[in-house]
Amino acid sequence: MTFQTFIFYFFSTVLIISALGVITARNPVHAALLLVLAFFTSSGLWLLLQAEFLAITLVLVYVGAVMVLFLFVVMMLDINIAKLREGFWKYLPLGGAVALLLVLEMGMILTSRSVGFGDVAQPPALPANLSNTKELGRLIYTEYVYPFEIAAVILLVAIVAAIALTLRKRKLDKYVDPAAQIAVKRKDRVRVISMASEARQDTAESGADRDKGAEQAAGKAPDKDGKPA
Amino acid sequence: MSAIFQPIVNLGYSLQAMFAALLAAIFGHDIAPYLLYGVKTLLLILCIVVPLMLSVAYLTLWERKVIGWIQLRLGPNRVGPMGLLQPIADGMKLLVKEIIVPSGANKLLFVVAPLMAIMPALAAWAVVPFDPEMVLANIDASLLYIMAITSMGVYGVIIAGWASNSKYAFLGAMRSAAQIVSYEIAMGFALVGVLMAAQSLNLIDIVKQQQSAFGVFGWFWIPLFPLFLTYLIAGVAETNRAPFDVAEGESEIVAGFHVEYSGMTFAIFFLAEYANMILVSFLTAIMFLGGWLSPFPQSWGLLGQSSFLWLLVKAFMVVSTFLWFRATFPRYRYDQIMRLGWKVFIPVTLVWILVLGAWMQTPLWVWWKGA
Repeated sequence: MTFQTFIFYFFSTVLIISALGVITARNPVHAALLLVLAFFTSSGLWLLLQAEFLAITLVLVYVGAVMVLFLFVVMMLDINIAKLREGFWKYLPLGGAVALLLVLEMGMILTSRSVGFGDVAQPPALPANLSNTKELGRLIYTEYVYPFEIAAVILLVAIVAAIALTLRKRKLDKYVDPAAQIAVKRKDRVRVISMASEARQDTAESGADRDKGAEQAAGKAPDKDGKPA
Repeated sequence: MSAIFQPIVNLGYSLQAMFAALLAAIFGHDIAPYLLYGVKTLLLILCIVVPLMLSVAYLTLWERKVIGWIQLRLGPNRVGPMGLLQPIADGMKLLVKEIIVPSGANKLLFVVAPLMAIMPALAAWAVVPFDPEMVLANIDASLLYIMAITSMGVYGVIIAGWASNSKYAFLGAMRSAAQIVSYEIAMGFALVGVLMAAQSLNLIDIVKQQQSAFGVFGWFWIPLFPLFLTYLIAGVAETNRAPFDVAEGESEIVAGFHVEYSGMTFAIFFLAEYANMILVSFLTAIMFLGGWLSPFPQSWGLLGQSSFLWLLVKAFMVVSTFLWFRATFPRYRYDQIMRLGWKVFIPVTLVWILVLGAWMQTPLWVWWKGA
C-alpha cells in the first residue's frame, strides 16, 4: 500500500463516517458541522485527483460561505427533535422508495457498458508545471463559454429573485439615508429667533422648588396664588 | 546576502544527509524518505510558527504602546525594561488560569471552538512566501488556498458563540458570521483584481510581476488603488478588529463570542486574531506593496536590494495602521457595516475589475513585463 492509497482510505473513511453522522446526529448544529467535515474531506480526495482548483473552491464556497449561512440559520431555529421524529414511520415508505431509486440509478450508471467505469485507462501523467486553474479557465471561456454564461445568468436571476422575494418595506422602518444625514445643515434643524427678554415671574418657585410645586399641584395643594386647584 | 548564509546552508544539507542515513539504518529504505520528509516539514513549520507566536506576543505590547502614545499615556512600562516582558507575564497569567466551562454549554464544541479559530490562522502561513525561495509550500494556487483557509476562521467564532449557551456570546457569533460572509465577497473581488494584474495565483509570481523599472510605482497599489483600500479595510473587518469589532463589542455585548472563555482557551482566540492580523498585513505587503522588493533603485547598495527585511518593514507598517485605526475610529454601527460592505465595497470592486479588464487591453497598461 503506497502512501497515497493510505491517504485515500483515510479520507474516505472520515468522509463516510461524517456523512453518516450528518443524517444520524440528533442535534442539527452537530449535523451541520459534520457536513462541514464531509465537505472538507471530499476536497482532500479531490486534491488526490490533482484537481486542486476544484478542491480549494469546494472549501472556499461550501465550507467558507454556504455552510456558514447554514449554521447561521440552524442555530437560530428552535428545533424540536421529538416533533421532527414523529412522522418517521409515515414517511419511511416514500423515503425508502426514493433512496432505492437513487441506488438503482447510480448502479446502472456505474455498471453500464457505455460508461464503463471498470475499464477506464489510467489518465496520462500530467506535466508538473501544468496549471489546473489556467486550463479550467481556458476551457470555460472558449469551448464551454455558452453553457458557462447561461449558468451565470441563471444564478444572477436567482440572486435577483431571492432579493426581490425578501425585500419588503417595513412600516416601522427607521432607516435613514446616510447621504441625507450628512447633507443636513444647521439651519434645517435649529431656528434661532430673537425675542425680547422676559422678567422672572416668581422668585420663590424657581429652581429645585419647582418640582415640589408640581407634586403639590398634582395633589390638592393650593397654587401659588392661593386659590384651590 | 546569500553568500553569507552559504556555509549555514551547506551545514544544513550535510546534517540532513546524516539524519537521512540514520533513519534509513533504523527504519529501512522504504519508510525512511517519508519520515525524513515529515521531520523536515515539521522543523520548517516550527521555523514559521515560533517566530509568528513571538510576533503575536509582541504585537500585543506594540498595540498597547501605540494606543497609549496616541492617547498621551505611556502604555505598559512596569514589567521589565520599557515593559518588554509584559507579553510574557500576560501569557504566564493566562496559562495558569482555570478554564471554566459554563453549565449548559456544549462541552465538546466549547473546547473545539478555539481550535477551529487558531487552525486556519496558522495553516494559511504554509503558502506565504518570505523571499523568492523561502516558502513552506510553493503551490500553484496559493492565493486561492489562502482565501479558502482564512474563510474557515469564522467557524471558531460561530461555534464559540453557540456552544457557550450565553445570549451575549450568541449575539456576537451571529454578528460575526454575517459580517465575515459579507466582507469576504469584497475581499475576494479585490483579490480577483490582483490575480488579473499578476496573471497568476501564485504569491511568488505576484511579487515578481511587480518588479519593474518604476520602483515603488510599479507595485500594484497604483493600478489597483481602489482594490488596495478595499482589501485593507475588508481585512480589518475580517479579523474583527476595531472599528468593525461588533462581534466583540465590549460596550454592548460584554465581550461577544468569547465572553464565557477564560485562561488558555481565551488566549487562543487572541492568538488567532493577532496571527490573522499579521497574515493580512503580510498579504497586503505581498500583493499590493511589492513584497520583498526594495522601494529604492538597485544602485543604492544594501538599501536597494530586495530582501525579506523589506517585507517585514512593509507588513509592520500595515499592521501598525491597524492599531492606528483602532485608536482613532469609533465602532461602526451594525447596519453601517453591512451598508459599507454590500453597497460600497462590492460595487467599487466590481467596477474596478471591469475597468482593469479594459485597461489591460490598452497600451496604457505598463505593469507586467510579459506579452
